[in-house]
Amino acid sequence: MSPILDISDLSVVYRTTGGDVRAVEKVNLTLSPGEVVGLCGESGSGKSTLAYGATRLLRPPALVTSGNVRYSGRRLTHGGHPVDLLAMSHRELHEMRWREVAIVFQSAMNALNPVLRVQDQLLDAVTAHLRLPRHEAREKAASLLDLVGISRNRLRSYPHELSGGMRQRVMIAMALAADPEVVIMDEPTTALDVVVQRDILAQIVELKERLDFAILFITHDLSLLLELADRIAVMYAGRLLETGTAHDIMREPAHPYTRGLLNSFPSLRGARRELAGIPGSPPDLRDPGPGCPFIPRCKHAIDACSDVDMSLAPWGAPVIGDPASVTHLTACPIVTPQVSQEGVLS
Amino acid sequence: MSFIIRRLAFYLVAAWVAITLNFFIPRAMPGNPVESVIAKYPNLTPSAEKSLALMLGGLLAKGSLWSQYVTYLGHVFTFNFGPDIAQFPTPVTTMIGQALPWTLVLVGVATIISFFVGTTLGILAGWRHGGWLDRSLPALMFLQAVPYFFLALVLVEVLGIELHWLPVGQGYNGATTSPGWHWAFIGSAVQHAILPALTIVLTSIAGWMLQMRNVMITTIGEDYVVAAQAKGLSSRRVIYTYAARNALLPQLQAFGLALGFVVSGALVMEIVFAYPGIGLLLLNAVSSDDFPLMQAIFLVITFAILIANLIIDFVIVFFDPRVRAREVAR
Amino acid sequence: MTAVAGVWRNLPLKAKVGAVLFGVFVLAAIIGPQVAPYDPSYANPDPSLLMAHPSAQHLLGTTQTGQDVLSQLLVGIRLTIELALLVGVIAGILSVAVGVTSAFLGGVWDEFLSLVSNVFLVIPALPLLILLLGYLSGKGQLPTIIVLSVLGWPWGARVIRAQTLTIRNRDFVAAARESGEKSWRIITLDIIPNEISLIAANFVNTVLYAIGASVALAFVGLTDLNSWSLGTILYWAESQQALSLGAWWWFVPPGLAVALIGTSLVLLNTGIDELGSPRLRASRGAAKIAGHRIWATDPTPVLAQLTAGRNRVGAFVHSFSRESLLDETPAGGELR
Repeated sequence: MSPILDISDLSVVYRTTGGDVRAVEKVNLTLSPGEVVGLCGESGSGKSTLAYGATRLLRPPALVTSGNVRYSGRRLTHGGHPVDLLAMSHRELHEMRWREVAIVFQSAMNALNPVLRVQDQLLDAVTAHLRLPRHEAREKAASLLDLVGISRNRLRSYPHELSGGMRQRVMIAMALAADPEVVIMDEPTTALDVVVQRDILAQIVELKERLDFAILFITHDLSLLLELADRIAVMYAGRLLETGTAHDIMREPAHPYTRGLLNSFPSLRGARRELAGIPGSPPDLRDPGPGCPFIPRCKHAIDACSDVDMSLAPWGAPVIGDPASVTHLTACPIVTPQVSQEGVLS
Repeated sequence: MSFIIRRLAFYLVAAWVAITLNFFIPRAMPGNPVESVIAKYPNLTPSAEKSLALMLGGLLAKGSLWSQYVTYLGHVFTFNFGPDIAQFPTPVTTMIGQALPWTLVLVGVATIISFFVGTTLGILAGWRHGGWLDRSLPALMFLQAVPYFFLALVLVEVLGIELHWLPVGQGYNGATTSPGWHWAFIGSAVQHAILPALTIVLTSIAGWMLQMRNVMITTIGEDYVVAAQAKGLSSRRVIYTYAARNALLPQLQAFGLALGFVVSGALVMEIVFAYPGIGLLLLNAVSSDDFPLMQAIFLVITFAILIANLIIDFVIVFFDPRVRAREVAR
Repeated sequence: MTAVAGVWRNLPLKAKVGAVLFGVFVLAAIIGPQVAPYDPSYANPDPSLLMAHPSAQHLLGTTQTGQDVLSQLLVGIRLTIELALLVGVIAGILSVAVGVTSAFLGGVWDEFLSLVSNVFLVIPALPLLILLLGYLSGKGQLPTIIVLSVLGWPWGARVIRAQTLTIRNRDFVAAARESGEKSWRIITLDIIPNEISLIAANFVNTVLYAIGASVALAFVGLTDLNSWSLGTILYWAESQQALSLGAWWWFVPPGLAVALIGTSLVLLNTGIDELGSPRLRASRGAAKIAGHRIWATDPTPVLAQLTAGRNRVGAFVHSFSRESLLDETPAGGELR
């Protein structure tokens, strides 16, 4: 199936007086219809910049310096070839927003207008994209709350009158107002406590099944993605280090960074083991240095790592006769399945 | 609602402070104001002297400080400010009553126009930060740094005397009409109000614009504005209902605080235009050592500003649901 | 010294202009009276020199009584600036002291001091000043200075208190307190250095207010009429009908001087504001990318499109239209 969102070779910089901060560097990422892709990385890794840059929501001094973001949603392309979001005019972007690609922001308290009632904010999303007579629009807005399991008498509430979990659900409901093909979720559960997190995630999964949209789920919590995502992409210092199915990543993480991430949270089953963080901190993105940005923190770095070109290469054996079937890709050249199995890597 | 009540309590405290200041200042002054007044105006009746003594203290005052204070408070609450000195025996309240409407209308209307226009321009300037509107700010700031009365003088000179476009001085044309609710008077009054109003607007507009522009810039950086854009809403909706509606709140608070300054400037400007408002009255009172009038005017001005602040508080409550909720939750 | 140089470099152009302009006036204040050609109070009895136009001998002409306007101006600048700076310092110290203390101590003290500040903020200053000086007329500069300072600190105190509260709750202060650092050390070493730009902005504001208030008071004749401040010059000019008699050289220079000093301070303040508020600063320099003006609310620019070039004149003209001010449609056509 051809992807609904195809990000290729995307680079985004922040142009400051001190030089260009390379927030996203030549990233390739695809999203297929109905798929959940998890984008994982620590803060400052560029994951949010990637998502907002692709949808052109970043403010100055951000600048997209290379790449394409091809979108294939039927409504926009009418069956023709994909359109490049980066080449769109203001007007075309306007049409694309929310109807094709919607966003659930990280902190609902900050992302909802404090002086407008929930009903008005939902109505805004509805009337901006759907030509409905007034009472139908209101009914649609109310039905959105039904979708996420919030009582209709919350329509007249203000954001500060709702609990954190409720606000996040309102955000999700709002994102679905125009029936988008792609929903980008930027750390939607980070600010919530664990129990509420569970509920929201379950809700998201259920909605996705029902309404059939693709999700780009951004988070720093790899453990979440292992359960939720179909495919996972790991980002560090603006670059993709590894992509693969959730199964791949969980069973055989390739890149040392991914291994470090997996080691940093406990699992319910399996032997007890010592938790380890990853010592050190991310590089200065103005001048990350040649080769792999993870070198300073990597236990297994060798000289050759500085010459790596950071393109993703298949890891593991392909199905015989079909070289393109390897879904697990990594940018780390020194890791091979044999090395991993020999247990050299911890 | 309890927000309003707390604000009301605050204003009552402020009013009390003003009244008490009024009571103690003449008593704290070096020299004896009462004596100097009596010396200057020998025709005062004994009752006038008594009320003067009550107001200013000094040797003629009867009773302890505390009893004087209490009596004084009583007088203030009944708006009994006694007879005027310079224009004896006209009661002070009558004189204030004649002058106050002029000032209220002029300053009120001009300030509101200036606030609206300035705020709207500030919204646009903040939205297009770095654009031509935004870059015209330094020029406007220059206008704002010009003292009210100086600009008034210049306008009088250019528009009034040189070009004869607008009348100069007075509140209305005394030679052709007299006060009353008929067109000739109202028309004349409006004509005479244009120059003073223009002065107020020109000198204060830059302030409102700059303030709103700064708040807008900060507000535009907020997540909910980005979210509104992500939703694909029209620019109009994003600017006004998402950005400006929120930016308006600090702007309104600043308005409340700035009222004192606005009124102060307008007072001085009234001299230049010989506008028959309360400012002119105050300054005439000062030059003729008319203390009872001076004190009464100070109180009236203060009360007017406190009431205006209360009105602004109502407006803030109307616009900001969080304020309403915060108090309800207590 | 490098810290100062660093600050200077980061100031926007507006603020640099303001600083230089104000510096010029400070210079005038310092050397003015020495450089003044005549004694400002000296009234030249020569009838041809009464209300005379500017000439070689009197660069700014003379007053009704034959006094040299330029000399008055030079002396006036010094007096006005002296007074304003003095008030700025006194009120500044008071507002920092009250603001930081009330935020730091909290509790009843905070409530009380805040109440006092707010009350004095809401009571109109100029009428109160007029009232006070009405009783004190003719007693020299001192009452003006005292009264202006006493009424000028609440504004700054409020602002500084708010900022101190924010800083006080930050981790590094909490850490200092936990480790038992003395309060006054915390205040001077941790809190105040973080508020420098705020204190500076507050100082500039107070000076601005002092200039405006003192000139206004002098203009209505309430301050010491024997000393030559800019407001006094204006007072005499007004009372002698300089305006209607056409003697513009008498009242324009002092008024202009006040306006320029005021403007320079406001400009300076914008710069300090931007230094202190990262968001204002960040959005300041960010508006031009790859030679194109990008509004904060435009979609993220793409380099390939920017370098494809746009019709510059069309863009300029279009920027005046209402659409351009309110809408996102770019000038000169689509961004293809």
